[in-house]
Amino acid sequence: MNQRRSFVVLTAMAFGFAFLYIPILSMVVYSFNHSKLVTVWDAANSPTIKWYVALLGDTQVLEAARLSLKIAAMNATGAVILGTLAGLALARFGRFKGRTLLTGLTTAPMVMPEVITGLAMLLLFVAMQSLVGWPEGRGVTTITIAHITFSMAYVTVVIQSRLLTLDESLEEAAMDLGARPAKVFFVITLPIIFPAILSGWLLAFTLSWDDLVITSFVSGPGSTTLPQLIFSKVRLGVNPSINALATVMVLLVAVCIVFAGIWMQRQEKRRQRDMQLALAANQEGE
Amino acid sequence: MANTRPDEKLKPWQDPQALPYVRIERVTKRFGDFVAVNHVSLDIYQGEAFCLLGASGCGKTTLLRMLAGFEDPCEGRLFIDGQDMTGIPPYERPVNMMFQSYALFPHMSVEDNVAFGLRQDGVPKAERQERVSEMLKLVALDGYGKRRPQQLSGGQRQRVALARSLVKRPKLLLLDEPLGALDKKLRENTQFELINLQEKLGVTFVIVTHDQEEAMTLASRIGVMNHGRILQTGTPSDIYEYPTSKYVADFIGSVNMFEGRLVEDEPDYVRIESPELGGTVFVDHGVSSAPDAKVWVAVRPEKVRLDRERPDQPDNVFSGTVKEIAYLGDVSRYLVALDSGKLVRVTQPNTDRRDDRVTWEEQVWVSWSPGANVVVTQ
Repeated sequence: MNQRRSFVVLTAMAFGFAFLYIPILSMVVYSFNHSKLVTVWDAANSPTIKWYVALLGDTQVLEAARLSLKIAAMNATGAVILGTLAGLALARFGRFKGRTLLTGLTTAPMVMPEVITGLAMLLLFVAMQSLVGWPEGRGVTTITIAHITFSMAYVTVVIQSRLLTLDESLEEAAMDLGARPAKVFFVITLPIIFPAILSGWLLAFTLSWDDLVITSFVSGPGSTTLPQLIFSKVRLGVNPSINALATVMVLLVAVCIVFAGIWMQRQEKRRQRDMQLALAANQEGE
Repeated sequence: MANTRPDEKLKPWQDPQALPYVRIERVTKRFGDFVAVNHVSLDIYQGEAFCLLGASGCGKTTLLRMLAGFEDPCEGRLFIDGQDMTGIPPYERPVNMMFQSYALFPHMSVEDNVAFGLRQDGVPKAERQERVSEMLKLVALDGYGKRRPQQLSGGQRQRVALARSLVKRPKLLLLDEPLGALDKKLRENTQFELINLQEKLGVTFVIVTHDQEEAMTLASRIGVMNHGRILQTGTPSDIYEYPTSKYVADFIGSVNMFEGRLVEDEPDYVRIESPELGGTVFVDHGVSSAPDAKVWVAVRPEKVRLDRERPDQPDNVFSGTVKEIAYLGDVSRYLVALDSGKLVRVTQPNTDRRDDRVTWEEQVWVSWSPGANVVVTQ
């Protein structure tokens, strides 16, 4: 019985993981393929790192990656600032007029089809350019603004839920001890919710980093992001260097996840050590 | 320590010349349709330990939060030290508060927690350090300054919270269920520590609690609250011995309550007929009540005597059967069913070790003196 169950569990797990990771794994394997044809495995000369070398020399790819990183970082920072403000208003300012409306409006971009958001942004930018002359054409600025618009919603939700679990009497205690509201925010609230802000930043970063649909509406000549570049290259025929590029991206993400995991484990260890100290204090103190 | 309690000192609330330190003037607070605090007026004097006592949801915490400035009254005014507090934000009030959850800042060390208030006032570093270590010594936490709150036990956290709220030397300290998160044994010790500290520093305390025993121990005066109103204000013994309403009599301690009607109403005594008691009760003081109005006689269980023989007194003697006995060591509690069917609670001290105490289903006489009665009309 027990053995049969463990067999079932193992099979289910194997299928699950296979479903998730075989596509990525095959991509990684083929990135070391010598053959120029993606689907033909050249057993004689493989594995090779020639596509990775080619990637290093491909200024187009490097330029697109640099641009994507820049936009993602700017977007994440902007989204975190706006999202924190919105989250703060929703979680802390009680029942002000239009609160329900604000809740709905901030979360709407999460469920809005990307095509609609992209189109709306494009129309807005065009109209603004003809009315006030800004933004001039489409490029990095318009992409960043469009990304902030939709990723801010996610940050708001993260910050709001963190604030709701934060004991409000911490802020009241600080105020009671003589700190003005602005100071309370910077000295008490901000440091305590910092982990949530950080995860909001990373979330906004990744949302922007792999966005294609909205970007393609609001980008202009000379501002091609990495997802756009990959998409256009694939349309012209799959080149093994794309495999190499994708592998590098997977590797980057994996490294980030591993570091986050280690950090969380250390936090957990610290928490447990604190609890043991408190327990020891309990015994010696009373 | 016990003989310096305010009971023996001058009682400022009886002195018409004394100015209250805190004056609450017809304060009302509504949350939507819910009236949390309903036309409360209250004077609290310097050096008092005033307890707001009541079940949860009675408005006591709201009243405390209005004193701290976290809520604004809808009607009425609050004065602290003669100054109208209307529109004055929490960070400009001369009060500090100790929170029920302690609200220690998790990202700061114990030292930094205590120093926080001084830092806001721009106290120079040297003085700050001195006052913080002095405060930590006072609450017996020297040597714990570098720890973070999460590394402390419940009792230690409570003391850090106390040190943090006292370090600015406030004249008025508000305490929201200060011992609520501690276990029973620790709580008893801490009660005395808290009162010692209060007398040593001369701070006025306003304490919110739902625990009547805590209120009796800590308070110079108690204000019993229910449904947003203060029902009765007085010293712990006043409240216990002379409750003015059924609710207060029932809320503080345990009590036997008999419903009845005045049948003899004289200035210096009354007689009350109570059908549920199956007889009349003689009370040795006058009662102000309309004739024929419904009244209740309250008798504390420890004031009721239990005998096998009929005691030699003309009034307030009833026969019954012992139904339940709870032996608690220092006292025993009995539940006696009178002949009328009414159950009476009796508490008897176990002063000597004997084996012939009354037992289950035994026929007994319960009696009490005419002075043990308290008559309430509402």
